[in-house]
Amino acid sequence: MSIIRLQAAVALIGRFPALAGIDLEVGEGEVVLVQGPNGAGKSTLLRLCAGLMRLESGEGTVLGHDLATERPSIRRSVGLLGHDTALYDDLTVRENLDFWARASRVDEAAVTPAMERLGVADRLHDVPVALLSAGQRRRVALAAVVVRRPRLWLLDEPHAGLDPSGRDLVDQLVVDAAAAGATVLLSSHEVDRTLELATRRITVAGGTITGDVTDAR
Amino acid sequence: MQEINHTGSRTTRLLGAAVIVGLVALVLLGWFVAPEDDDQQDAVRMIFVHVPSAIWTYIAFVTTAIGSVMWLVRRSVWWDTVAAAAAEIGVLFCGLTLFTGSVWGRPTWNTYWDWGDVRLVTTLILFLMMIGYLSVRSLGGPESATATRAAIVGVMAAAILPIVNRSVEWWENNTLHQKSSLTDGNLEDMTLFTLVVGLIVWGLFFWWAILHRFRIAWLEREIRSSDLDRALVERRAEGEPGASPLEERV
Amino acid sequence: MLADIRLVAAKDLRIEWRSRVTLSQVVPFALLVLVLFGFALDANRPVLDAATSGLYWVTVLFVGVMSVQRATAIETTDGARRALLLAGVEPAAVFLGKAVAVALQLLFVEVVLVGGVIVLFDASIESLPLLTATCLVASVGIAAAGTLLGALVAGVRARETVLPILLLPVLAPVLIGATRAFDDALGTVAVDGWAWLGLLAGFGAINTVLGALAYGVLLEET
Repeated sequence: MSIIRLQAAVALIGRFPALAGIDLEVGEGEVVLVQGPNGAGKSTLLRLCAGLMRLESGEGTVLGHDLATERPSIRRSVGLLGHDTALYDDLTVRENLDFWARASRVDEAAVTPAMERLGVADRLHDVPVALLSAGQRRRVALAAVVVRRPRLWLLDEPHAGLDPSGRDLVDQLVVDAAAAGATVLLSSHEVDRTLELATRRITVAGGTITGDVTDAR
Repeated sequence: MQEINHTGSRTTRLLGAAVIVGLVALVLLGWFVAPEDDDQQDAVRMIFVHVPSAIWTYIAFVTTAIGSVMWLVRRSVWWDTVAAAAAEIGVLFCGLTLFTGSVWGRPTWNTYWDWGDVRLVTTLILFLMMIGYLSVRSLGGPESATATRAAIVGVMAAAILPIVNRSVEWWENNTLHQKSSLTDGNLEDMTLFTLVVGLIVWGLFFWWAILHRFRIAWLEREIRSSDLDRALVERRAEGEPGASPLEERV
Repeated sequence: MLADIRLVAAKDLRIEWRSRVTLSQVVPFALLVLVLFGFALDANRPVLDAATSGLYWVTVLFVGVMSVQRATAIETTDGARRALLLAGVEPAAVFLGKAVAVALQLLFVEVVLVGGVIVLFDASIESLPLLTATCLVASVGIAAAGTLLGALVAGVRARETVLPILLLPVLAPVLIGATRAFDDALGTVAVDGWAWLGLLAGFGAINTVLGALAYGVLLEET
């Protein structure tokens, strides 16, 4: 079964066609690296797959749900790490993660392991998020994705702003997610390290897919 | 494609001509034929502008509310455009109503403005809410988002206006307004006739203006959607080999 | 649904408690407005007495605009709006939760302001039940209308200026109704304050229903 299926998908940001006709099929368990220059439409593609954007034309399904009519179901079952970290500055790391766990109706017991996994457990959990560095914020945001245990991971530049150990951590998270049967789409400029990770590379330019290479791993 | 450089049509030209003829007739009737009032003397002639513009203001407002609902329920672009056009013309008429009302109020009530008057204050608040509606319209952003925002404001205003009216009515019960100029039977025959002519003339003007406003808005939309086709071609061209200096990196 | 409402309201109130914006900025601002009204009316006792209820509620409306702006900013600064959609929280629950939080903060400020008009304007409470009920019902109306319109202008560049233009005319019936009810509760004018409560309740109900219905469309669309 294909996890993502897009046909001639066009999506607008304001009046600008950020996605100008995307055809894409992603199967279960694939780890897809989305490459392309700045402004190519990588982030928009991930947000479209998360059910956050309206299709202007074309059609598509994500996790079997129709992109035109069933976006709420799609949103509930994906994990998106976007440019925003979606954290409340005045709440602590734990309060933020607890809130998002309860809001997403997932088990709060998953919060502590996720915090430990991302290295934001010990001295950080009592700290208001406003005091964290950009890299630490990003780790917390990743922890929020981990807590959701999504079937489809959509990671927009997950390596950005992280130190070497953080970047290794992201790689490990992706490997583990794939091993557990999840599908991963990630955009990254860290081409070298993600080459190892990805089973497939697609190139986005001008809001269309211009290259698609599947590696025999 | 035929080039369009105006929004006229046979209907609007006929309407426009009728408005001009009607206005001339209205001025003649209002000024020379309709008798002056026993109490208000010449000031009563204000009725020929004030009452029609007030009535059409409320028709415009109801139209905007209906259009708003139709956008929210059916995502009807046509109704959204109607709602926007009616709101703009409605604000114009509402301003005219308030202006003529206070000009008329001076000689008859001896004040430009009376806070105790229900219809006056309600209309003022309606005016302010419609200005809010128009400012939401001009916020920019994606078209559908603007339409949704505006539609919610339109529905909210319609839902609240009865409460505004109620609250002003309870607030001060010493209303100065004539109960209803049309139905209390105190009008002279010629005054009543002129008033009906006024209603029709202002109505023709109202529809003339709305049709034009609607067509302008509709054409703007058309231009933008034909822009979309061009934008799509341009956007795809960015992805052609060699179009981007970053390409070879991939 | 109830659990989600409580979750969102508790989150907003906790953020408020941590940042103490209401305590350290909104309350002083509100009291300052009262003082300014005192200066403007030139410490003229009869005028001040007659105008106390109105000045009180004008101040509350300003506070309402501030609180709504703050409550909206919580969700917009770091893309939490989008995350709420992804979490799948019922939009009506988000709306009601945020409105409850705003209403509670308004009530807090209103209590302080009652103290303010007693001390500064020499007001005296004739009917405490009426006063309490008015504050409760009016706060619900202000919070509901404000939360809806706050979400409506969220994500727009000119939101700080557009919100008051939209919100204040809509709140006109609250100003009139709550002022009249206060006139009765403070014994300044002989009117039937309880009758006005019905009108305030109607306003609150309409805006609560409207907000619960429209909030989802707004989250989705903007």
